[in-house]
This record gives sequence, structure tokens and C-alpha cells, in this order.
Amino acid sequence: MSAVSFQNVSKTYRTSRGDFQALRSVSFDIEPGEFFGLLGPNGAGKTTLISILAGLASPTSGRVTVLGHDVQSDYRAARRHLGVVPQELVFDPFFNVREALRIQSGYFGIRHNDDWIDELLAGLGLSDKASANMRQLSGGMKRRVLIAQALVHKPPVIVLDEPTAGVDVELRQTLWQFVSGLNKRLGSTVLLTTHYLEEAEALCGRIAMLKQGQVVALESTSSLLARASSNVLRFKTDGALPSELAAQARITGRVVQLPAGDVAAVERLLARLREAGVVVEDIEIRKADLEDVFLDLTGSQSAANPIREEVSA
Amino acid sequence: MSGWQTLFYKEVLRFWKVAFQTVAAPIVTALLYLMIFGHVLEDRVQVYDSVNYTAFLLPGLVMMSVLQNAFANSSSSLIQSKIMGNIVFLLLTPLSHRAWFVAYVGSSIVRGLVVGTGVMAVAWWFAKPSLVAPLWILVFAFMGAALLGALGLIAGLWAEKFDQMAAFQNFLIMPMTFLSGVFYSIHSLPAFWQQVSHLNPFFYMIDGFRYGFFGQSDVSPWVSLGLVGAALAVVSGIALHLLKIGYKIRH
Repeated sequence: MSAVSFQNVSKTYRTSRGDFQALRSVSFDIEPGEFFGLLGPNGAGKTTLISILAGLASPTSGRVTVLGHDVQSDYRAARRHLGVVPQELVFDPFFNVREALRIQSGYFGIRHNDDWIDELLAGLGLSDKASANMRQLSGGMKRRVLIAQALVHKPPVIVLDEPTAGVDVELRQTLWQFVSGLNKRLGSTVLLTTHYLEEAEALCGRIAMLKQGQVVALESTSSLLARASSNVLRFKTDGALPSELAAQARITGRVVQLPAGDVAAVERLLARLREAGVVVEDIEIRKADLEDVFLDLTGSQSAANPIREEVSA
Repeated sequence: MSGWQTLFYKEVLRFWKVAFQTVAAPIVTALLYLMIFGHVLEDRVQVYDSVNYTAFLLPGLVMMSVLQNAFANSSSSLIQSKIMGNIVFLLLTPLSHRAWFVAYVGSSIVRGLVVGTGVMAVAWWFAKPSLVAPLWILVFAFMGAALLGALGLIAGLWAEKFDQMAAFQNFLIMPMTFLSGVFYSIHSLPAFWQQVSHLNPFFYMIDGFRYGFFGQSDVSPWVSLGLVGAALAVVSGIALHLLKIGYKIRH
């Protein structure tokens, strides 16, 4: 049985400016024990899909199950098997960390959960914050509490909706160690959405890419990477690129990256730059990574640039 | 402990942690009304035959406090959770719409009764109304708090901003409580306004509640009980339905 199964899921939002179709017949399954990545540019429908899985939204058509339990008709069983870390940094200001975790356990009908709560606090580096009020915690600490809250009922399926957005490098490491630990030690299934493609590359065994509400790729991470057989020419410049190069370049501030299949292609690119009088420095050639595949699949370079900026921000 | 008990406990804890604002403040407000109106109107307003005005006023103020605080509890808790976004912690749980209803309305009843008891206890120094039929007092306090708790739930689901919530409270709840006979017997009103008062469900809650103290009322307590019970059933039905479809909380 699949850990999570999306079957022809569509979602249309009615707005004052007409209908907006956020998801178009999305279908894929996630097997138990997988570390699965859900990628896509902003507005691709990732959060909508997660919301439907979590019961925060209902599909216009189609069906979603968690370990065989329909998230609509059998929502109680489905939600018992699901731990969701929401994207927004939300908290209840009335309680301290331990109270919040005890209350969350209670909603699932679990009493005397302190052993597991202590383990979660220790694993997430929160032990000394147990009696701190939620209001006093920094953003990163609140993020850790959100993760602990999602795990109080030991769900076999864990969903992380962009959990590392705006989180510093050290905390990101802690989080990934902890979540990979759950995946490896307890065999938890993990569904992750992220903008940090290097993260998806390092953690996820399989990846689905969404674009405008549709699945555009569904493959193992390694075969996705194999698609990008080409190399990338990377350099810095202050000059303006010739328009035909700018169209295919990935530009982040001074850094320019251009797809280059082989040595001859690299030479052609450099010659064209010289011809246009563009002064370049720090030239390097690297292997294409998941991000190149991602940009290739999810479309235009102009749409890709904001994503690149977010990644490096 | 099942899920609804935790939510109920959390909702009680929520107002208890800020009891100065949620319990002490409304008690002080009710006492000010009692002292000022009681003092000014004591010799001017005639109600029933043998009851002095301050004693008459006391049950009305107690019930008004019960109703307003029951409403404030569920409505403010919900709108705060919606605006803060932490309602998601509840939405992700297996709690059913019935569990939500019982917990939110139950905690509203608790707050209403705690405040009501507080007003009563402190006001006892100023006026000692009789206690002819205590069971009626309890029944009406409980049902009134439940009705307003359920109404607060609906308002909390419906309102998207504090502004809308304030409108609900100031243009609906406040006028209906003030015009329900808290401060006067409707028999002192002109015939037309007596008729209008009979359309106000809040009137029956206060009238029935007052019957428990004096054994006298504007209408029979059984009529009040029937009407309040019917209103409670309708409002609860609506609240349960809205929770079930996830009105404005699930998309």
C-alpha cells in the first residue's frame, strides 16, 4: 500500500477575477519509507497539493489517501497517520513549548506523552527551551517547535512544507539530520517541498516537479540528474551579455551561468563573449545539477531567476 | 483523555491565563452598573410590587455578564486563532466537528458561569435577592451561556477581521442584551415596545433567569424555556453545520 497516493487531483479556486485552476489532474504515489521531494516554482501548486493532503483544503475532483485512508471520507484515520509542518511560522502565544506539545498530543488522544516529547525536544535542540513561552523564541526556535508539534503523535508519514525557508545554515543542518534520522531509523515516509534544490538533491530519493499545477517530471533523483548530461559555464561579469546568450543564461547579480554541452560549446561561448567585448572573470566549468534540470523543466529563464535569488538569499 | 477534552481544557486555560481581562474586568463592570444604576434608579423605577430595584437589577446584570462573556470566549478565541494562523494546529488533528463544538461551547459556558458567579458573589454585599427556584437559575444560566457560546462560534468562523467581530458584537449582541429587560421590566414599556421585546430571544433568557430569584416574571418560565431551547437547537445546528463544512477555515 502506498504511503501517500494522489489520484487525478484537481483544484479550482473561485475568485472574483474568475476561476483559477491550481492543480490539473495530479497523480503520483509515494511508497512507505521514501524520502520524496516535491519541487516547483512559486505558484506551481505545491502548497495546494499539501493542503489537500492535510485536509486544509478539499480537491475539486480526485482523491488522496494516506496509507489507504481517504483524507476526506476517512479523515480521522488519515490525519492520525500524517504529521504536517506548515509553511507559515505560526504559534499559540498563550503557552510554553512543553504545554504546546502536550496539548497537541492531547488532540490526538495521547496522554502521558512526555517521554516522546523529551526525545523530540532533545533531537531538535530544544531541551533548554521547554518552559519558555512561545513568544520568547526566535524564528528558528519556533520552526523547531513546529516540527516537534507535527511529530507528537509519531506519524508514519511526515510532510514538510518548505521547512527551511529563512532558516540559518546551522539550524538547517540540525533539521535535516533529525528528519533523515526519522526516515532511516523509524522508516518514516517524508514528503518535502523546498526551494533549496541542493537540499532536495542531497536528501530525496525521488522527486516530482510541478509546473502550473501539473506534474512535469516524476523520477528518481539520480535519473533526473542524468538528464542533465551537459556542463555549465560559470563566470562573473559587469558587462551586458549579448541578447541571444542572455536568453539562456541564469543570472544572479554578477554571476552568469550558461549551459555548455562540451568543450567546443565552451569555446564558442567564450568567443562570442570576446566578440561582444564582455570582460569575464573567475571562469569555471561545472557539472549540471538538479537546479539546471529544474529550470529546464519548469520553464523560462525569466521565471527561474527569482528562484535562484531565493536560493542564494 | 480524548481529543475534545484536551481542546476544552486548552480553551479554559486560554481565558484563565488572562483572567484579569476575561473574568475580573467583567465583574468590575457589572458592579459599576449595579452601583450607579442601583443608586440613581432605586427610588424611581417600580418593578413588581415587593422587589427593590437593586435586587431586581442584580439577576439581570448577572445574566448579562454570563451571556456577554460566553459570546466573547468562543468568538475571540476563534478569530485570534484564525488571524494568528495557529488554528492550523487544530485543523491538522482528527478532531471532529462535534468535538470542536463541545469544546468551544463548553469552555464558553465555563467562562460565562465563572463570571456570573463572580458578579453574584460580589454583588451579594449590595443587594440580596431571594432564591425562590434555584434550579431555574441554573437551567437558564447554562442554556443562555450555551446559546451565546454557539453564537460566538458562528461569529468567530464568519468574521475575517477584528473589525467585523466588533460589528457583530456592538450592533447585534450589545443592543439585544441591553434591550432585553436587564435594567427594567418590560411591563413598564409602552405596548408597542413590549411586543418588540417579545421578539428578542435574549428577553426570555433574562426573564426566565429572574424568575428563579423572585418567582415572578413577565412571561411564564416554561414559555421562556421552550423558546430559549428552540433558539439553542437552531443556533447549535447552524454552528455544527458550519464546522462540518469547514466554513471559512478549510478551503
